[in-house]
Amino acid sequence: MKILTGNDLVTGDVIWWAGDGWSRQVGDSADVGEQGDDLVRTEEAALRVVGAYVIDATVTDEGVRPAHIKDRIRALGPTVRPDLNLKPNDADAGNWVI
Amino acid sequence: MYRYDSYDQSIVDARVDEFRDQVQRRLTGALTEDQFKPLRLMNGLYLQLHAYMLRVAIPYGTLSGKQMRKLGEIAAKYDKGYGHFTTRQNLQYNWIKLADAPDILAELASVEMHAIQTSGNCIRNISSDQYAGVSADEVADPRPWAELLRQWSSFHPEFTYLPRKFKICVIASDDDRAAMKLHDIGLKLVSKDGVIGAEVYAGGGMGRTPMVAPQIRDFVAEEEIVSYLEACLRVYNRYGRRDNKYKARIKILVHEIGVEEYKRQVEEEFAHMRELGLNPPTEELDRIRAFFANPAYDTGLSEDIDRADPAFALWVDRQVAAHKAPGYAIVNISLKPLTGIPGDASAEQIELVASLAEQYSLDELRVTHAQNLVLPHVKKADLPAIWQQLEEAGLAEANLDLITDIIACPGLDYCALANARSIPLAQKIAQRFAAAERQAELGELKLKISGCINACGHHHAGHIGILGVDRKGVENFQLLLGGSGAEDASLGQITGPGFSEDGVVDAIEKVTDIYLAERTDGERFLDTYRRIGMKPFKEAIYG
Repeated sequence: MKILTGNDLVTGDVIWWAGDGWSRQVGDSADVGEQGDDLVRTEEAALRVVGAYVIDATVTDEGVRPAHIKDRIRALGPTVRPDLNLKPNDADAGNWVI
Repeated sequence: MYRYDSYDQSIVDARVDEFRDQVQRRLTGALTEDQFKPLRLMNGLYLQLHAYMLRVAIPYGTLSGKQMRKLGEIAAKYDKGYGHFTTRQNLQYNWIKLADAPDILAELASVEMHAIQTSGNCIRNISSDQYAGVSADEVADPRPWAELLRQWSSFHPEFTYLPRKFKICVIASDDDRAAMKLHDIGLKLVSKDGVIGAEVYAGGGMGRTPMVAPQIRDFVAEEEIVSYLEACLRVYNRYGRRDNKYKARIKILVHEIGVEEYKRQVEEEFAHMRELGLNPPTEELDRIRAFFANPAYDTGLSEDIDRADPAFALWVDRQVAAHKAPGYAIVNISLKPLTGIPGDASAEQIELVASLAEQYSLDELRVTHAQNLVLPHVKKADLPAIWQQLEEAGLAEANLDLITDIIACPGLDYCALANARSIPLAQKIAQRFAAAERQAELGELKLKISGCINACGHHHAGHIGILGVDRKGVENFQLLLGGSGAEDASLGQITGPGFSEDGVVDAIEKVTDIYLAERTDGERFLDTYRRIGMKPFKEAIYG
């Protein structure tokens, strides 16, 4: 599948296109198919996202998984600061990245 | 320390107002990201992997207690409670909101700080020796020169759009603690027949094409240093490769046309500069120098240090350096706790170091390119009290220049350019070599890790260097041996095929085993490597 990610223009937070808006959880990502570039233009023009780009991802038992490690780290947060990532109570969260 | 005059303050304040307006226009859509990006970068605001990142300039790595305290306050108020000290003696905040950026810059301006020229193809923050002004072996304090160059290079209209970024370093000792020869231009202050001037080195740098800067002049009189640099920059600005960003640094120009030809062109331009009379007024240099006059050191102080506590004694032996004034010492504060993140400091730790600087170090501290901190003016009698407070704050690691004093860039945990994570690897290496006895046995061993070819972690200059690469989507680590950023500058050589994260830790252990087996009395790791060469290490690593 293809999913769309970028950063919230105001907060800088990593965000994922969920089909009808943006989510901070990669698991909410929607398959954008061939619509990614159009969505980038529309959403950036609407000042909802900055630096948006389309990536490859797969659906696993654990949910949507970006194909590249860089985007998995974007999805989780820094692996060296589990207290700051999106799953602070999951001791094994860092393993999902690798 | 230098203090802003009304001109310095007004231009920094004006820049805050200007950026506030630019941010507002971006948030309302009057500016597109393409239009806004160069403006935010000029103010040190990047869009990084997780959020906006703000890089704050710390001129030649010098801070007052008040400035340090402000950095901590900003970390607590606008970020997630910490900051990251970088290999360019700066500080980065990782979690900045765009709307907050103007307020942060205003807070910085209130303590005579800014983020101007911490990005972009301009002259960046001037770096220097963290022992400037307190080391007994320097010919002059390099900080007045660094400050003069800061003023000369700030908003210099001719050098705002160089072919590529430009980094200048000023030192004044034979011991190079600032990686001077790995800068675009390095200045080493020297004394010749009783006259102060500078040796000039040009075309050094790391990144994808590392080079040690060759000397291009053995002496420029102090009053002509600015004019000479103007000539160096002018030749680079005219002929630097603007067609290819990977070949746009001055090192490529110097390499491609040759040192002699570059020198010839600089001398030609310098002769023209002399006609123009662009040397700074003597009064201005004197004005700046006055800010860096020796503080009023107390006299009659004891040289004795009570070494009864073994942990304290170990810390003194490793972290405390000789000061030029009797009864005083230089304290190095490690930002490399064994399970921590190299260069990171919490808001509370930053506040503590600010207080220590105010109470014990004549209100001054330094940031080192090795991502540590320095209290430059400490009475030896105060060392136990300082150590006690550092210990309670997790800042009393005794590992300066040892294998666990690792330089590491933020890597793929934070950086959009990175290919691999540097920090977890640094932590694994630190844990493998955690035993104090083992670190001491290995002695001086500078280990540096970069998460990509841009080499922010100075891997080319590590006695042991590690470069993280992306091999088909998997982190892989190349190992280098034999680099140095010191006065004996050299570039590390790659050992061979790369490793997994665990594999490179094992390889380092084999490398250190060879060193221990082969070294002769008094040899550092680097000395042994230079004597016996790569072959024994390679055989041990790859069998």
